This record gives sequence, structure tokens and C-alpha cells, in this order.
Amino acid sequence: MDEYLIIRNYIVIFHEVKYKIHEGVDTVILTNIEAVPGKKIVQHLGMVQGNTVRSKHAGKDILAGIKNIFGGELTGYTELLTEAREEAVARMSQQAEAIGANAVINIRFSTSSVAAGAAELFAYGTAVVLE
Amino acid sequence: MFNLIIFLSLLILGYVFGRMAESRHFKSILNREEQLRDILTFNERTLPPGYEQASGELVGGNVVISIDYFKQISAGLRNLFGGRVSAYETLIERARREAILRMKQEARLKGASKIINVRLETASISKGGQDQIGSVEVYAYGTALIPTP
Repeated sequence: MDEYLIIRNYIVIFHEVKYKIHEGVDTVILTNIEAVPGKKIVQHLGMVQGNTVRSKHAGKDILAGIKNIFGGELTGYTELLTEAREEAVARMSQQAEAIGANAVINIRFSTSSVAAGAAELFAYGTAVVLE
Repeated sequence: MFNLIIFLSLLILGYVFGRMAESRHFKSILNREEQLRDILTFNERTLPPGYEQASGELVGGNVVISIDYFKQISAGLRNLFGGRVSAYETLIERARREAILRMKQEARLKGASKIINVRLETASISKGGQDQIGSVEVYAYGTALIPTP
């Protein structure tokens, strides 16, 4: 149990150092279908991806433990995961912009629990150039 | 003896508040589903007729819902006999419907009328020390079609 807490705190610290809110790239169009409606794809630039590993902090964890008795929505976790997913998408679109794309199509999301108490959120898609 | 009292009071608390939270949640889901009825969702990838020139944008909604203590215990008991675990069925149903509603709400804010290629993703988080589902996350995402004027 102790190692679990130490590892988690490490992840939190690591995360806090690294964490800065990414400016989402507004100019990149995102869809999860194989095309962008109303636009023509001129060039495919391959896969782009963005990920983030997040861990909830101890306070939220305790609150969630209490919520586990009463049931209901864990708003803290919902927010955390929303934020994390936004960051993964922001990283993906930054990568797309860096290689000269202006849209990412066929986006998929995936979640995996890396360690107890931490989750990885992963977004990937195909970077394309639109007309 | 003391442990038993704690256990029973947690059980009762879980039962009472869990039921309240669930019925309230279902009521609000039904209510909002009625309001967002005009936004249609499809899980096919092709554009519906008349939307070839619409602009598409990624929308999504997520929710994390926790199970209550009573259900956790009753699901544990259910594990002995097997069969339907209705405690978890309603939990995941609530989460899915809520996630879809949040996705639709985001689409509404963007002025969309249809969402295509809807995908649902479920992840059980906070599995904790004991090997049981404490809470479940559902993420729904799709491409919202915004008709061009």
C-alpha cells in the first residue's frame, strides 16, 4: 500500500512540474470520420498522436472514497478526465500542425490504466492537408 | 460488534442515498433526453443526404459514476450465485446515457443537428486495492455536423 502511495505522489509531482495548459490549436479541424465534410483532402501525412498520464490527487481520492458509499457522479474525476483528454487532443493537434497539416481525421481515443491510481489517455488520428 | 454497526449503517446509508441519487439521475436523464431529442446520433460513418457541405467538428462528453456501498455488497453476493448483476447494469446504463447527453449538449452549443460516427468507450477506474469496480467512466464522441447556411 505504501509503495502505491509513493508512486502515486511521484506521479503527481512529476505531473505538476510538467503540466502546463496547452493552447489548443484552433486552426486544426478534428473529425472522427474518414473525411472532413465539405472539404477535399489533398494530402495524407500519416498518423499523429497525443497522450497524457494523469493521476488524481489524494484529496479527490478521499472524496471519491466517500462518494463510493453514497453513489453518484464523481465530478472531480469527470473534470480531471475531461481536462486530460483535452490535453491529449491538444498535443495531437500541435503535432499535426508541426508537420504542416490543417486537419486530423479518423480520431480514436483510448484509455488504459498504467499504474493503480493513474490513467493514460491517448488520442490518435491521421493528419491531412485540406484544400 | 462495533464493526458490524459500522457495516450496517454504511449499508443503510448506501441504500437510501444510492436509491435517491439513482432515481434523481434517471429523472434528469429522461428530462434532458426529451429536450435534446432533435439532435440525432448515428454510429455510421457516411454523411446523411443533404449534409455533404456541412462542416464537421469533433464533440464528446464524459462522466464518471460511482457505485454505492449497498450495491457493491449486493453485487459481491451476486458473484456467489451468478446471474444478472442489476446493480452494475443500471450504473453503466446511467453513465452511457449521461455521456451521450453531454456530447449532444456540446453539439447543441456548436449549432449542430446531427452527430455521426458515435463511439462509446468505457473504462473502469479506481479499481483500488480490492479487485472490484468502484466507478466507471464512459466517454462518448462523434463528429457533429453543422449545417452551413
